[in-house]
Amino acid sequence: MNTDLVIKNFKEHFDSDIIEVVKKSEKRATVTIKPDAILKAAEYLYKEAGFRFIIASALHTKRGFEIHYHYSLDTTELILNIHVILDKKNPQIESLSNMFNASNWIEREIHEILGINFINHPNQEKLISEGNWAEGVYPYRKEFK
Amino acid sequence: MSKPTLIPIGPYHPLQEEPELFKLYCDGEIVKDIKWETGYNHRGIEKLSESKTYEQVFFLVERICGICSTSHPFAFANAVEEIVGKEITDRTKYIRSIIGELERIHSHLLWAGLAGHFLGYNTVFMWVWKYREPILDLFEMITGNRNSYAMFKVGGVRRDIENEKIPAIRKAMDEFRKKNDLLTGAVMDDPVIHARTKGVGVLTKQDIIDYAAVGPTARASGVAIDVRKDDPYAAYPLVDWKVITAEEGDVFAKVEVRLLEMYESISIINQCLDGLLKTKEGDISIVVKEIPEGIGTGRAEAPRGEVFHFVVSDGSNSPVRHKIRAPSYVNIATFKKSCVGQTISDATISLAAVDPCYCCTERMAVAYDHKSGKRILNANDLIRLSSDKTSELKKNIIRQK
Repeated sequence: MNTDLVIKNFKEHFDSDIIEVVKKSEKRATVTIKPDAILKAAEYLYKEAGFRFIIASALHTKRGFEIHYHYSLDTTELILNIHVILDKKNPQIESLSNMFNASNWIEREIHEILGINFINHPNQEKLISEGNWAEGVYPYRKEFK
Repeated sequence: MSKPTLIPIGPYHPLQEEPELFKLYCDGEIVKDIKWETGYNHRGIEKLSESKTYEQVFFLVERICGICSTSHPFAFANAVEEIVGKEITDRTKYIRSIIGELERIHSHLLWAGLAGHFLGYNTVFMWVWKYREPILDLFEMITGNRNSYAMFKVGGVRRDIENEKIPAIRKAMDEFRKKNDLLTGAVMDDPVIHARTKGVGVLTKQDIIDYAAVGPTARASGVAIDVRKDDPYAAYPLVDWKVITAEEGDVFAKVEVRLLEMYESISIINQCLDGLLKTKEGDISIVVKEIPEGIGTGRAEAPRGEVFHFVVSDGSNSPVRHKIRAPSYVNIATFKKSCVGQTISDATISLAAVDPCYCCTERMAVAYDHKSGKRILNANDLIRLSSDKTSELKKNIIRQK
């Protein structure tokens, strides 16, 4: 399956939820979707399309809080980034950990470093600081002028 | 069930890279549940990376792991070069792959030695580490360092492997192949190792998919994923080699995969040396003047599995965000599946089987009884439990004969 076909199939499933598609090369593509669609997009990629969840990267930008969910299709060379932009004031998104365990730790980590709330996470405890950090202080948040 | 006994494994040891604490909840000898805690020594490398220039980040990420110190610079170089969008020279590709494969050999040997120690085979431990020394000597000859080689930079490598050094590397590989024959033969034929590792710490294919485990841990359960094949980089698409897999998913399968992978590494190194002879000496880097704005995802197959780096650039000389995912991050979580239901004496080797950056498993703390303050078990006790089980098996097998 080539990258164009993968993107075409994804578009057919989530046409109304897609904001932007950037195909950088045959090996790399980024699809920006609405945050509400993350759960069904993840379900499609994991259960139907055979993708493996690598990790999620979150960052704080002028646009708000962004998360890139990195998926790998190991039968091809493709890494598909599912990109969402969350609200600046109240960042939250549905957790994927009830579907696969692979996202459990990274969601806890993102919650801890950026204060993004993962709805329905089974155990959103601190992962990396073991309670040594002050509450409500998120070290990866930035201040923009 | 009576109240479970808590046996902590971890968290601190000054030498370890990833301090963590495993809490084994046991009922008698059987592990009923396992919990994992970390954060004792958070180094904030991702945050630190944002304050370094791209050239400096290579030295930073090289220090994430002391054992597979080249896999992080490898993945970071792949990520940054994806943003730059320029092709590196063939000689660079061969040199990078040679370093990557030499590292795989020394890391797998390190693991095999320690696994031997945990099973009560201290001769294996000493012999295997002796075999590892010539590999580290090769590193010293090529890079000037036995570890943390400082070979990578954006668009190339820092030092060439001159053609005059090639015969010495070939000779070391030939000698190592003989040693590996010996080691593989000894492990594959030993009834006690079979008894201690077959059917122990089993991970099914579904467990691997569910936890997204990678590397030899996944390949030993029949999931044939290997970044070198799936998303080829450096010289891996230019040479002929195969992905080693096993179906059983137990500790023995993981041993088997690692031992056989070292043969593939020898073959890759030899083919890369042939490749070096076809390219021009000194042609080891391209000019990269600036890193444009964009995102880059790079990955590399470390000895423990896929290393993943995600870099966001705004066009300045430092990354805006640098996310790093080491293979142990996903592999360690599988302990919940591999250890529960096993005996405590098997937990040591089950925890060790995914090769969780080895210092981790060495850092076993002391278990105290809270009421009496009396010591129950310490690290040596746990290893002794494991060794005793092996000795007992040996006696039984001799008796049967």
